[in-house]
Formats: sequence, C-alpha cells, structure tokens
Amino acid sequence: MSRNFLNPKISLNPDVFSLRVKYEETREGFGRGLLQAGRDDKRVVALTADLASSTKTDYFAEEFPERFFEMGVAEQNMAGVSSGLAAMNKVPFIASFAVFSPGRNWEQIRTTICLNNQNVKIIGFHAGVATGPDGATHQALEDLALMRVLPNIIVISPADSLEAEKATLAAARIKKPVYLRFFREKSPIITTPETRFIIGKANLLWQGEEPQVSIISTGITVFQALLAAKKLWVEEKISVQVFNFHTIKPLDTQVLDLAARTGAVVVTEDHQKAGGLGGAIAEYYTQKKPTLMEFVGLNDEFGQTGQAVQLLEHYGLDSNGIITAVKRALKRKN
Amino acid sequence: MKILYPEKIKFLEKKANEIRQLIIESLSISGSGHTAGSLGMADIFTYLYFHGLNHNPEKPDWPERDRLILSNGHICPVLYATLALAGYFPVAEMRKLRKFKSGLQGHPERGALPGIETTSGPLGSGLSQAIGMALADKLDNGPTSERFFYCLLSDGELNEGNSWEAIMLAGREGFHNLIAIVDRNNIQIDGYTEDVMPLEPLADKWRAFNWQVIEINGHNFEEIHEAIGLAKSVFGRPTVIIAHTIPGKGVLDFERRFDWHGKAPDKKESKKALKELRSFGGNLDEE
Ligand SMILES: [Mg+2]
Repeated sequence: MSRNFLNPKISLNPDVFSLRVKYEETREGFGRGLLQAGRDDKRVVALTADLASSTKTDYFAEEFPERFFEMGVAEQNMAGVSSGLAAMNKVPFIASFAVFSPGRNWEQIRTTICLNNQNVKIIGFHAGVATGPDGATHQALEDLALMRVLPNIIVISPADSLEAEKATLAAARIKKPVYLRFFREKSPIITTPETRFIIGKANLLWQGEEPQVSIISTGITVFQALLAAKKLWVEEKISVQVFNFHTIKPLDTQVLDLAARTGAVVVTEDHQKAGGLGGAIAEYYTQKKPTLMEFVGLNDEFGQTGQAVQLLEHYGLDSNGIITAVKRALKRKN
Repeated sequence: MKILYPEKIKFLEKKANEIRQLIIESLSISGSGHTAGSLGMADIFTYLYFHGLNHNPEKPDWPERDRLILSNGHICPVLYATLALAGYFPVAEMRKLRKFKSGLQGHPERGALPGIETTSGPLGSGLSQAIGMALADKLDNGPTSERFFYCLLSDGELNEGNSWEAIMLAGREGFHNLIAIVDRNNIQIDGYTEDVMPLEPLADKWRAFNWQVIEINGHNFEEIHEAIGLAKSVFGRPTVIIAHTIPGKGVLDFERRFDWHGKAPDKKESKKALKELRSFGGNLDEE
C-alpha cells in the first residue's frame, strides 16, 4: 500500500479509497439536516414545489406538518412566499430542482430575497450532468453562476451527504440568504461527523509532499479529484494538493493564496466553466495573484441522457479528466 | 373597525389632496417617475394610512401592525407622500425622490425608509410575499388572527404568471385576513389593458380561484370603507377589491391618459396641476 496523503487534521473518512466506502445521496444529508434544524429552531419552515420526496423535505414534513408548505409546481411564487415568511421572522428553506429554483425564479430571488435581504435558504437539487438519465433539461449547469453574482447571498456546494447535512444546519443558523447546491448521484462519503465545516473556509483534503499543482474542487468532483491525486502519485509520482471548496461565496482567499504557491491551479466542478467556481477563482487571481489555471467543467455545452458515471467521464469531470487537466497545467508551468 | 363619520370623510378628502400635491411637487423636482398610477391610488392610500390600517408611524417595526405590501412599486411616490404625511419621516424628504443616496429610491427598498415593508418594482411578486407573511401569521396566531395583510397590485401586473400562482395559493389557503386591492385603471405602459392583454372578465377570474370579489369606485371613501369592512367580515376566504380608478385622478390634463404612466410633469405642467389641486379643481369655496 502506497503512502496516503489525506490531511490528518480534519478526520476524513479513512475508508475513502476502499471498496468498503459508504455511498449516499447528498439529499439524504439535507433531509436529515433540515429535520434537525427544525428540531433546533421552531422558526424553520420548509417549502417545496411538488417535489417533497425528491428533495427529502418529506422527513421534515412528517414531523412538522404545520411548518411544511406545499407550493405546487410554482417556483416563482415559492420564492416570493418564502421572502414573506422570512419578513415575519421565519427561516424558510425552499427546495426544488436547481434548473427551476434558482433557474426559473431567478428574478424573484434577486429582488424579493437578495435585494430585500431576507433570510431565505434556496436549495437546488439535481445539479450538474451527474443528474444522469433525466437529461439536459434537468441538469443544472449554470446555477452557481446565477447565484454567485447576487449580492448578500452565500453559495455552498457540498461534496458528500455528511457535508450536505452540516451545510444545511449551518445555513439555518446564519441570518443571511443562502444557496445550497446538491447533486443527485450517490457518492462516496469523504468526510466524517468530526470533519470541520465552516462556511467560507475551504478544507485541505490531500496534502502531497512538495505539491506541483493545486486542485480546487467542489461538489461531486471532489471525490474524483482525490482519486486523481492518488493515481498521479502512485503511478507517476506527481504530487498535488486537493482542496474542497464547499463555499463558492464568500471565497476562501487565504487558501487561494496558499494554493497559488504551487504555481498552477486546476479547478474542477460539475458546472459550466463560465461563471462557476473556476470563474470566481480566476476573478480573484487575476486581480490579486495572477496564477496559471486550468478549468475542468462543461465547455459551453449542455449535457445529455446517460448514467452519471458515463457523463462524468464523457465531459472530462472524472479522475482521468482531472489528471489530463493537471498534466496540461504542468506542461504550461514548466 | 372604526366608524367613518362624515367629518372624517372630509378630512380624508383634504388629506388625499395634500398627498396629490406632494406627489406632483416631488415628481417635478425629480424629473422622472410614475405620475398616473400614483395620483390614481391616492384616495386608497389615504384611506388605509389615515383610517383603515392598524399601524404606528412612531414605531414602524411594531410587530403587531397590519402589513401593507405595495406590489407595483413604481407608484411609490404615492406611498412615500402618504408615509411622510402620516409621520413616518419628514415631509421635506420628499424633495429627495429618486436622488442620489436618498432613502426615496426610484422603486421602494426595504430598510431605505421607515414604513417600507418590502423591496418591490418587478411586477407579480408582491402578492406572493403578502401570502408568505399571512402564512407565518397563521402559524403563530391561528386562523382568527386580527392582523391584516394588504397587497396593492396594478391591473397590468396581472399579466404576470407569478400573480396567478399566488392567487391560486391564497385561494387554497383561504386566508380571512388577506386583502388584495387591484388598481383597475385600465392602463399599462403600452396602452389600454384590454388592448395589450385583455383581463376581462377579471372579477370572474378571481372568483374562479376562490376569492371574494368586491368592485368599487376607488375614489369614493365610503365605498372603500365598506369594501374593507366586507373583506374583514368574510371568514375563510381572501378578498380582492377591484378598485376602479382614474389614472392621473385629480389633475384634468393627466386623467385617463396612458402616456402619463411613466413620466413626471415639468415645471409648467406641475404649476398648473398644483393650482388645480389647491383649489380642489376650482370648487374650493369655504376656505
Ligand atoms: Mg394599470
């Protein structure tokens, strides 16, 4: 067994690379987190647009039926209603697929939640091509861009179900608009209950010795980045470091400064290359610390039907795609 | 509900006239803004802030207050003028309408001025917000809460799908304390509503979504008063008051003309309008 470079300080799942690793959907973590948030704070209410079981708001609805509001298939109305609830000191979570919310109701989110500065949590599910067989119409590839350009809002994209649970609880506690992005596919649990989750603080997951490239990842691609890091080391003795940027806004610029020291940064996300995490980081680097960058994401194209694993591979979002990007970065660097 | 005595009606008529003057003055200083809708809704705003609403200008955040949500935020000159005269902020502030760094933003912004419940302007989402507030109230105070939620809408914004999503939801919830007031002035930016996108039969549409519908002359205080009373007395159903108003009401040159929807009077026009208002259209004899 080759050396493991998992960051020992944040109690990651020691089984992450083994066949025993547990897989779970991020929405399960959200469902548990929302239920717990509801138990902790009776101001928490949940709304959905005809997607109670797909968004796992049904756990909350079962225990708190009076605090659960079914909106029917009407995402624009759901955004406005949640703004009104927040105006009366409730803490609303609005749950739908990301293409519809924040896709369809973007202006209502902009005006009634962000400009109005109301304490609403927008929960977008089925983000990225990893949504799979539902196809391009249901694969949100633009939601990070749509949300991160809005003032006042926090944007979070968890990497596994445990992080999803923690992000949900953290969102409930912070008095600001928050966007939470979840992907559909079951994914390996990378973290443990002990792994820290602080909004705006990125976690270093893999710390190769004298890393030549920094990989900055979010969402479902975090696990793929870890696989890539391990393969690169084992097979080619290429050393990298991997960061989990669960918070896209506000950006952890301290960690970005640190990452830039490798002289090359690869950003990975199941999102359009334009406007997402990579775009956000490029905005920072070009202004403060010009750094060579490579992007892993969708290249100004829509997704298609297929299994998540096939789509991740096809669009270069899997570990092999990330390895290719790391090598491109190395070539440009040297 | 407070009784509306004849003396109070006289008081409200004078107050509405003051509000109209303040609207004209501030619009002519700002040089831009929406004249017709603001003047048209002056009587309803006057009734609400000087008789109907349970509110306290000295404590704008008083939790027990009724809520007034202005969905069609572009008629904010009438909201600002009414709030100022009701004592929410000094009347002199009206000179800052649409000015740089002013609390009187081109469209209302929550937090910019005392008494503004929501940020609004983009059409179709005000009723949703009023519903959210009513839902929260129902959760906290049950189905007999005595707090009322008023939402003022334009007829043009009933083109928005979001409006009907909200109307459908309120019908399902059966709020007893939600009162929508539609400014049925028959104009929108591109022309007469029935030419741009016909709304009629409008009352039937709302009825079909399980609302109580009341149609009134939006310039008659007795009718406004009676409609609000009816709205409050019906249990288990939200009420919409379709208020027929005259856009530009109070200034003959502006009345019923959709080209006055989105522009402000210049110096000359404003002078003439103010003269007309100050003499109550030439009918002022007692003072
Ligand atoms: Mg109109």
